[in-house]
Amino acid sequence: MSTVIEARGLSVSIGGRPVLRGIDVAISDGEFVALMGANGSGKSTLVRALTGLRPLITGEVRLFGVPLGRFRDRQRLGFVPQRPSAAGGVPASVWEVVSSGRLTRRPFLRPLRSIDRAAIRNALEIVGLEDRAGDGVATLSGGQQQRVLIARALAGEPELLFLDEPTAGVDLANQVALAEALRQLKDKGATIVLVAHELGPLAPLVDRAIVLRDGRVAYDGPPLGDHAVPETLGGEPHTHHHGHELLQARRQHAPQVTSPLDSRPEEGR
Amino acid sequence: MTELLGILTYPFMIRALIAAVVTGLAAPAVGTYLVQKRLSLMGDGIGHCAVTGVAIGLLTHTSPTWSAVVVAVLAAVAIELIRERGNTNGDLALALLFYGGIAGGVMITGIAGQSAQTLQSYLFGSLLTIAPSDVVVTVALALTVLVACLGLGPQLFAVSQDAEFARVAGIRVRFYNVLIAVLAAVTVTVAMRTVGLLLVSALMVVPVATAQQVTRTFRTTLAAAMGLGLVASVGGLVAAAWLSFAADVAPGPAIVMLALACFVVSWPLGAWRRHRQRLREPFAALEPLGHDVTDAHPHTHGDDCGHPAVPHGDHVDYIHDGHRHAPHGEHYDEH
Ligand SMILES: Nc1ncnc2c1ncn2[C@@H]1O[C@H](COP(=O)(O)OP(=O)(O)OP(=O)(O)O)[C@@H](O)[C@H]1O
Ligand SMILES: [Mg+2]
Repeated sequence: MSTVIEARGLSVSIGGRPVLRGIDVAISDGEFVALMGANGSGKSTLVRALTGLRPLITGEVRLFGVPLGRFRDRQRLGFVPQRPSAAGGVPASVWEVVSSGRLTRRPFLRPLRSIDRAAIRNALEIVGLEDRAGDGVATLSGGQQQRVLIARALAGEPELLFLDEPTAGVDLANQVALAEALRQLKDKGATIVLVAHELGPLAPLVDRAIVLRDGRVAYDGPPLGDHAVPETLGGEPHTHHHGHELLQARRQHAPQVTSPLDSRPEEGR
Repeated sequence: MTELLGILTYPFMIRALIAAVVTGLAAPAVGTYLVQKRLSLMGDGIGHCAVTGVAIGLLTHTSPTWSAVVVAVLAAVAIELIRERGNTNGDLALALLFYGGIAGGVMITGIAGQSAQTLQSYLFGSLLTIAPSDVVVTVALALTVLVACLGLGPQLFAVSQDAEFARVAGIRVRFYNVLIAVLAAVTVTVAMRTVGLLLVSALMVVPVATAQQVTRTFRTTLAAAMGLGLVASVGGLVAAAWLSFAADVAPGPAIVMLALACFVVSWPLGAWRRHRQRLREPFAALEPLGHDVTDAHPHTHGDDCGHPAVPHGDHVDYIHDGHRHAPHGEHYDEH
């Protein structure tokens, strides 16, 4: 089995403040990894560093054996960002947003081929939005918009899929549907990195859990039961998302970067 | 009326009409991507900077069109790079660029010994300044913009919709962002002769705002905005020509007022349509919790009873004073 993701000594700083420090992970072909940890522990930052959205301070990332800077086969990647909405400044239909996930698989300057349409339709079916294809994304509920983002990633038939809290705000029935979709993808040999606080119906798929605490890997091993992240590892056994302790922890480790010279939260580096 | 038809056949008017047609199509096409990126004011910033470009052309006795193209492209790329860096003081930097552009333009025009009148024809458009050679340049540039906006539509859409996703997927986000900026700059200079530099942004943005009142998809928004831009641009130009018998009206303000009038008409239409659509959306096909019979019902619901009929599973519910009434034999149930 080959290594799909290899990070060595990965460190990331935001606004001069170290957020990830000395992360070493190696993820093999076909593995389903759950990335866990408290709010602000650096899960999203790690995903963004692994996909090349955040520059590294030190260390190296290899995807499919190729250093990230020289990695060109990006159509093999899929990404579901952690985002409250799928809408932009102009109305766009569900179909249009999902088909933008197919862009790197189709020939340049050509219309959609029938296999592209089939992939888009299939992705919409998986998230249960096939009858909303013509509707504007802005008119969907938050959970439905999240499913649009999932479908967009699935439309590209990725071999390596990063999902950043894809189930936040998605109801149980649709989480089950997503679990089924990810199982199919996994059976086809795809490698999946999932960020989640609670695994729910996805739990049986997980081969391995990595827990981050304060920017470092606190645990890397067989999956822990849902809610079983020990407190010493930064888990909060029975506070669900956004509990009280959690907000305090966030304040400690999450300085607000507000100086005008610092970067804006979303796009800064 | 015959006077108007007469003026429409003058060579300068025909040149202006050709410029108006291509401008009216190209400006909203770029504008749609700017609005999608939530950069509605970018065209305005580029327009301000292009004033300096025109002034440099006047000072050096070269073509103001080409000097405006060069300065506008430089400004657009600068704005894009400042934006990409994402500094919180980015909008301040943009403001400095805008004011520097217009102040520099007015000053250099003065130094060049040109009157404010000359500059004004670039700020608000003018029917008379379009030389035959300008028409060729205008048409060529506008067609380039249109071909890029429509041909690269899927790429530009993906980048404007979600730049991070596009980057992970391997789309050259910076290239396309700069491309949109350059297309916007070219459009600004193309539109300089008809709408003018200070109002060009309106022709990029207002038709898009109008179109989105009634559209649901990106494709139809783009097409509708281009249609509306064409109507406003040509209509405004003709209106300005017609009014010019009585007063001195620059085409720019007439074009923009017409575009805004379209918006004012479409806005309530859009609000009503959205309201109606929300109202008619089918209820989830869930079984009612129990068999609740409504109070004695004064009238019979039907197709034209005035109460919205909304599909609910295999029947319809009538919305009546905040309740959902479903016909059940002789009476109505609360669903
Ligand atoms: N753009 C930013 N600017 C400043 N600080 C940031 C930025 N993005 C992340 N951080 C900081 O980096 C740390 C890790 O953030 P990250 O978003 O990776 O956490 P997370 O584990 O994904 O949390 P959550 O569960 O809330 O999604 C936090 O301390 C956060 O404050
Ligand atoms: Mg996160």
